[in-house]
Amino acid sequence: MTAKTTNILAEPGKQEIVITREFDAPRELVFKACTDPKLIPQWWGPRYLSTEVDKMDVRPGGQWRFINRDAEGNEYAFHGVYHEVLAPERVIDTFEFEGLPETGHVTLETMKLEELPGGRTRLITQSVFQSVADRDGMLQGGMAEGTNDTYDRLAELLKKM
Amino acid sequence: MVYNTYMDMFVALADPTRRSILELLATYGELSATAIYEQFPVSPQAISQHLKVLREAHLVEMEKRAQKRLYRLNPQTLSQFEAWVTQMQQRWSERFEALDTVLEIEKKKKGE
Repeated sequence: MTAKTTNILAEPGKQEIVITREFDAPRELVFKACTDPKLIPQWWGPRYLSTEVDKMDVRPGGQWRFINRDAEGNEYAFHGVYHEVLAPERVIDTFEFEGLPETGHVTLETMKLEELPGGRTRLITQSVFQSVADRDGMLQGGMAEGTNDTYDRLAELLKKM
Repeated sequence: MVYNTYMDMFVALADPTRRSILELLATYGELSATAIYEQFPVSPQAISQHLKVLREAHLVEMEKRAQKRLYRLNPQTLSQFEAWVTQMQQRWSERFEALDTVLEIEKKKKGE
């Protein structure tokens, strides 16, 4: 298996993030991995956290709730509602992190699966936030301050944005 | 505090002219205000405003030297931004690598 690139598009000043990645598996299988409550715990959370599926009713109007836990037992929960489930090509849902100081910061997520030649699949996830501040706020959490000289890489970064 | 720094940085980066200024500084290292004005068709006042926003976001540093205002990139803020991009990239890459493994197992199950 070759290393695959995760492409992240987060343009400054915009309130969306688009994440694209290709997989060596047919679309039906990728769709299954994204919508099967038994498979979610195996990939959804960060490596150092366990993921429990509390609710996952994959149909329009159905609720989902996932809980990440660390070794000390701290919980980070996320929930939302499925708006559209169109197997095997599209899922639209809402997303909210329960750990924020106030509720109501909801993201609209659209996941698209495109068939590629050779039984491969492109997964495109678009997250639309309520504001630019919400997007950047969510993403800046836990960021370490780097000290590298970045002059050379600036142009490259600006292109990515 | 930290959060506001990021906000300023993202607002500052949102403008194409300001991004061009950063690219210029990345290319030349250090430029006088006049040299920057000359690169743009808009008024020096407009560019001066952009430089102010960039300075407030700590993306550029300014130094007065013999009547000249010299601008250069602030490597600290830029590396913060780079870290932000890298970290996000890492998070998603990890998640998708785990998904790769799940898919491999599912493919084998199907084949049996």
